Amino acid sequence: MTHTHTYDALVIGAGGAGLMAAIYLSRNPSMKTAVISKLYPTRSHTGAAQGGIGAALGNLEEDSPEWHAFDTVKGSDYLGDQDAIDVMCNEAVDVIIELEHMGLPFSRTPDGRIAQRPFGGHSHHFGQGPVRRSCYAADRTGHMILQTLYQNCIKNDVDFFNEFQVVDMLMEDRRCCGVVAYHVDSGDLHIFRSKAVLWATGGFGRVWSITSNAVAGTGDGAAITFRRGIPLEDMEFYQFHPTGIYKLGILITEGVRGEGGVLRNDNGERFMERYAPTMKDLASRDVVSRAIYQEMIEGRGIGGRRFVYLDATHLGAEVVEKKLPDITDFCRTYLGVDPVKQPIPIQPTAHYAMGGIPTDINGQVVLDENGTLLPGCYAAGEAACVSVHGANRLGTNSLLDLVVFGKRAGLAMAEYCATADIPELPSDPTGPIAAELERLLAQTTGEPAAKIREEMQNTMMDFVGVYREQAGIQKAVDKVRELQDRYRTLVIMDKGKRFNLDLLEAWELGNLLELAEVTAVSALARTESRGAHSREDFPDRDDANWLKHTFAYRREGGRIELRYKPVTITRFQPKERVY
Amino acid sequence: MAKATIRILRYNPEGDAAAPAHQDFAIDVEPTDRVLDALNHIKWYVDGTLTFRRSCAHGICGSDAMRINGVNRLACKVLMRDVGSRVTVEPLMGFRVIKDLVVDMDAFFAQYRSVLPYLINDSRPPERERLQSPEDRERFDDTTKCILCAACTTSCPSYWANEEFVGPAAIVNAHRFIFDSRDSAPGERLEILNNREGVWRCRTIFNCSEACPREIKVTKAIGEVKRAILYRQST
Repeated sequence: MTHTHTYDALVIGAGGAGLMAAIYLSRNPSMKTAVISKLYPTRSHTGAAQGGIGAALGNLEEDSPEWHAFDTVKGSDYLGDQDAIDVMCNEAVDVIIELEHMGLPFSRTPDGRIAQRPFGGHSHHFGQGPVRRSCYAADRTGHMILQTLYQNCIKNDVDFFNEFQVVDMLMEDRRCCGVVAYHVDSGDLHIFRSKAVLWATGGFGRVWSITSNAVAGTGDGAAITFRRGIPLEDMEFYQFHPTGIYKLGILITEGVRGEGGVLRNDNGERFMERYAPTMKDLASRDVVSRAIYQEMIEGRGIGGRRFVYLDATHLGAEVVEKKLPDITDFCRTYLGVDPVKQPIPIQPTAHYAMGGIPTDINGQVVLDENGTLLPGCYAAGEAACVSVHGANRLGTNSLLDLVVFGKRAGLAMAEYCATADIPELPSDPTGPIAAELERLLAQTTGEPAAKIREEMQNTMMDFVGVYREQAGIQKAVDKVRELQDRYRTLVIMDKGKRFNLDLLEAWELGNLLELAEVTAVSALARTESRGAHSREDFPDRDDANWLKHTFAYRREGGRIELRYKPVTITRFQPKERVY
Repeated sequence: MAKATIRILRYNPEGDAAAPAHQDFAIDVEPTDRVLDALNHIKWYVDGTLTFRRSCAHGICGSDAMRINGVNRLACKVLMRDVGSRVTVEPLMGFRVIKDLVVDMDAFFAQYRSVLPYLINDSRPPERERLQSPEDRERFDDTTKCILCAACTTSCPSYWANEEFVGPAAIVNAHRFIFDSRDSAPGERLEILNNREGVWRCRTIFNCSEACPREIKVTKAIGEVKRAILYRQST
């Protein structure tokens, strides 16, 4: 059975970016807005962010948006677009104040202002030393942002379609005119017609075997739009967070190091002093993750194994338990380790996509490397690439990206919807996706999706991880393509209509395979090392040839074409990156 | 690796059986596996029809609350070594079962919405943040941890007896704003919770506090709300 709904604006995904946009759209009561989410909104992965959100409030020491912008540009290894970075860092202070006014319970300074702590790559006076810029609520800042935004959506009476999986995008006359969603409870398809659609569907860490990302992090929006002809930008830049819990990948916030925690190798040495003499353990994430790998490669992992220690034992119970209560709980629950008394075994974990659906600074989706805009189509948050993170994102800048560009997208959509008409739908809007879902269900013999997923995750971890080289990436490309073929014949055990997560997990695997391929193909082409993309065979940054964004397109017959776009450079000329 | 038997209360809304029934799965597990890992293993490699909600897998998103050996827990926060080689997994009590371990959460979120779970302050905000002392911030810190997993509400005998009861989770979220020094509408929320389906249905049984995976002192928070209502009426 098919149902049809009509809205002015649709927000796909109920994390920080989607809810922020929904709040702005719903401030105009005549604007009919709906949020569609495959989960209940408070389950979104924004809630897992821990350490803080960056803004130069200067509550504890001198700070400025210009220093924040410099740090972000340098952190991006000069691949971030400086006009977009300026927007983000300049609007950061106001948007944090706005979140506080919405009710966000930030931790406080003794005089009652928003508390701030140091974080990786954030410095004063253009790299002179760490600065307290990360605004936090204990170590559950993301949880508090997600809760606060959801609360404000309730206050504004936003319509939610919870547990609706968006499975296709509708286009007519090169304009976005809505989406098709699969209602998880009933198995029915719903057509959502609208003037504007925002993709705020998050990242795709589930491409890798060790990840901090939720099971839901399958990059659905990026994969759907890619299949519909929209490019993906800078997909080779994927961040590995230095400190994931050994084997599980669960995030241990950089806030531990912000509060004074240090990394130690098997000799007990604070090895970051060798790699980053000024910022030490608070160097940017790509630098720290590589240092940890280097220590392990050279045999200084703990007991010669694939992990090192994050040591917070000198901070005292008061700091650890009061300022870092959640990670204390994680360590006790999953490791049986008490971080007050024992070091935490950690390894780098797949964490964040710098790349994604290309947009302008108002969240509007860009169709090509020339900047052609797609009417009615927007993206924000981790799903999008503005690009403010370039080749490597700084900690605290993801939450900031969500709220700044979620807000800007919401405002731009409201303005667009005020004059746009409701577009016509294409003929048979549910036809293609209904056929795909039926095909997935019809197969009666074959291997389970889980087996294909596991092979993809292990392959990507081995060959498209912290370090990469030509032969390995090529192996990954070949393997992912083989898995895409095998995906055509996988078997789904659950043949029912109601709450068929077996079917949806298989469909999500299709998205992951799509994004794994784009990531590997983009990485293979880029013969330099920049930010999170570290090529062992091309160890240096090559500004002469590679100071440019990758745009990947799915062409006829399934071929991926790569094109390139110059980086916007305004104030900060590329120079060598030293922390 | 060790053998474990996972006994799961199954219900298929499209199947022939009208009533839920237990089914045993014998699988290999590591002692450090989460119960969620065991469920995933069954779903992915043994029986794809097994259905449960899950997302973050580390106790933050609140998707996978269920009854594990008779008590409400998050499947991602219980390790196999802590539950032994025979584990019984059942859906939360008090909500309609949709399929297997998936329950209908709509009534739960409606009760949450009924307590005005958002900051109300219509005064013109200052240019910068509203000031709040660390002590005032600490006053409601515990209840900001809630992840809306429903483990507390579905462990509450008063809720089982009367599903109109607003339930511990909604009261926890009301508490979070009632005791926030920046909020100007605690009276409205106390009014809502003073009605016959409000806080007075709580009989101080403490199941909620024991069930909370975030270790929120739920019964204490409810007690504080009760006292605030009484104090307000006496002044």
